[in-house]
Amino acid sequence: MSGTEALAAHALPPLADLLGLWLAAFLTLAIYSFLYGDNPVYKFAEHLFVGVSAGYGVVIVYYESVIKDMIDPLLRPERAGLDHPNYWVILPVLLGLMILARFWRRYDWLSRWPIAFVMGLGAGASIPSTVQAYLIVQLRETIRPLWAPEAGQSLAAAAWSSFGNILLAGGLLCTLSYFYFSREQKGVLKVASRVGMWFLMVAFGAGFGNTVMARMSLLIGRVEFLRYEWWPTVGPVLRAIWQFFAGHSS
Amino acid sequence: MRLQVPLAITFIVGLVMLVQFFVPHKVGEDVMDALTAWARIIGAFALVLGIGSLFQRHLERMRRRREGWQYSIVTLLSFTVMVIVGLAWGKEKGSPFNWAFTNIQVPLDASMFSLLAFFVASAAYRSFRARSPESTLLLLAAVVVMLGRVPIGEQLSPRLPEATEWIMSVPTVAAKRGILFGVALGAIATSLRIIVGIERSHLGVESRT
Amino acid sequence: MRIDRRLIYLAIAAVVAAPFVFNWTLPLGSASPRTRAIYRHIEALPPRSAIMICFDYGPASMPELHPMGIALARHAFSRKLRVIGLTLGPEGLIMAQNALSAAAKDYGAREGEDWVNLGYKPGFISVILGMGTDIPKVFRTDHRGVPIAELRAMEGIRTYADLGLVVELTASPAINDWVVFAQSRFHAKLAGGVTAVMATDMYPYLQAGQLIGLLNGLKGAAEYEALIRHPGLASLGMTSQSFAHVAILAFVVLGNIGYFATRRRRR
Repeated sequence: MSGTEALAAHALPPLADLLGLWLAAFLTLAIYSFLYGDNPVYKFAEHLFVGVSAGYGVVIVYYESVIKDMIDPLLRPERAGLDHPNYWVILPVLLGLMILARFWRRYDWLSRWPIAFVMGLGAGASIPSTVQAYLIVQLRETIRPLWAPEAGQSLAAAAWSSFGNILLAGGLLCTLSYFYFSREQKGVLKVASRVGMWFLMVAFGAGFGNTVMARMSLLIGRVEFLRYEWWPTVGPVLRAIWQFFAGHSS
Repeated sequence: MRLQVPLAITFIVGLVMLVQFFVPHKVGEDVMDALTAWARIIGAFALVLGIGSLFQRHLERMRRRREGWQYSIVTLLSFTVMVIVGLAWGKEKGSPFNWAFTNIQVPLDASMFSLLAFFVASAAYRSFRARSPESTLLLLAAVVVMLGRVPIGEQLSPRLPEATEWIMSVPTVAAKRGILFGVALGAIATSLRIIVGIERSHLGVESRT
Repeated sequence: MRIDRRLIYLAIAAVVAAPFVFNWTLPLGSASPRTRAIYRHIEALPPRSAIMICFDYGPASMPELHPMGIALARHAFSRKLRVIGLTLGPEGLIMAQNALSAAAKDYGAREGEDWVNLGYKPGFISVILGMGTDIPKVFRTDHRGVPIAELRAMEGIRTYADLGLVVELTASPAINDWVVFAQSRFHAKLAGGVTAVMATDMYPYLQAGQLIGLLNGLKGAAEYEALIRHPGLASLGMTSQSFAHVAILAFVVLGNIGYFATRRRRR
């Protein structure tokens, strides 16, 4: 019987699942104890989190990268889907090992080579793609027809759509004016800058509204766990403990 | 040499990746494949740096008996146990490693971030003031979006979700696009500076102005 | 009037927990056009098309993004589509496996045949770029170590062009890299599932057509669950979400009443 089926049948889930559920609930409440004030239980939970998550990262990188991208291509090519060992892998592995030279001050200059490689790759790859994605496409989509009603669209709807296009283009120019500091902001530039600030306020307000939604969702997730996964086990566990002690005392 | 070689590496690799974008030939693709494969392997070693740093900091804290040094034992012990358990018994469902992730890391990570819900409520009461016309505009936009994004808003008025969608699609896009242009131009400028060697902070050296 | 912050915390906890304790529910309402766009796109894909879901999130963002992943996978399996899961962050590995296997169970979808979890690869941009030319070269095996050539779910999949849709589920600015490299350079058909915090940043991409659609936070996940007629945790949470938002607005109003009253007294 799986854990879920056992819960549904008001029986106890397998012991490992049950212990895990209660540990998870305890750790959840340990973190929430911080809301009353900093305390040793919270600090313990916090430090446990740092250790466990770091350990998790190391294990996953070992299995998914070290084994699959370094060891298998060199020593077990059939597992990597290769016909023969790929000795070229030795070069990036050596570069990667050079990163660890940062731990020895005398040799930490060696770590510059792999960092330079990665930074160069990222910088070179991003220039043309950024120009295309962020400048050309975004600019193209801002310059929309001032009047282009769609087939079957009412006059009011077409006018509203047109107003939106004007607002989009105008708002963009005004926002860019707000961030333009190469000239003193006066006259038309000052007016445009002020309008730009209003657009930014609306955007930040929308951002705040969405942020509140996101933060509340995180709490809702935890409450769902406590209510639907942990709470149904409380009754059966208390009953089991009662039966255990009642059985022993008789 | 200690600076020239890395600068040369950045320049060559950066230039190759930049030019490769415009070369739709198999040779160009193969070069990009090779370089990105190397970057993936190097990326794995960067994690070791982070772990080493973690160890150094906590061992130092324990050695000097700084405040809260006992908790550093918790961190290092839990890290060690997690690694041993993961390497010894694997990571599949049903393994102790998977159990630890599900019943220790998930609740701790999720709960820690869910504290933000309480803090945002406190901040909303203490700081969110309509002090000026601009902040009032921000507040109004936030109110419309907060109500429009939840079922209760649509119950109050079907116009609220429509208004929310319009705020997100028009004025917000205009403002965010302006910010995006600035970010893009800055990113392009920084990338060029990195490739030609003007920007050197990633090598632990002062940049040339 | 200053309210002790712990009372505020208690009020929020009570407001969020109450609908779960007393089983209160509110009707969900209509799905946004951004959610519908993804639904319609998947509905239009022929059987055995493949969609890629990138589970780039960890436990911190699970409440919003995990239900999205499960709902998307369910929709794909119900349409007899193949699902290719992967992650560019270590935490996503188990998230991907949990989401895909939970959805697969309901439709009898088999790992290796109908879906695959390619696992995790470090290097972010280099992974996205590498998949643009040769996905099997980047992920030579799935997360179990089975070679790609032996997986029917990966048959005929070499680049983004062979995928009906790529969905990036993330709480980080990672989705920007997918737009810049996968969509812009390799013309991947890209959709996003993001935490609500990120949503305003995605709208320029939506308006420009760089994203086909967007699932925005818990509401987006709930909307998708409603569209596929399979309510889950996201739908259950929306009543609490409503109450929480009203509570926050009440705090804002209270705070402003106090502020203006104090300002008037000072004058």
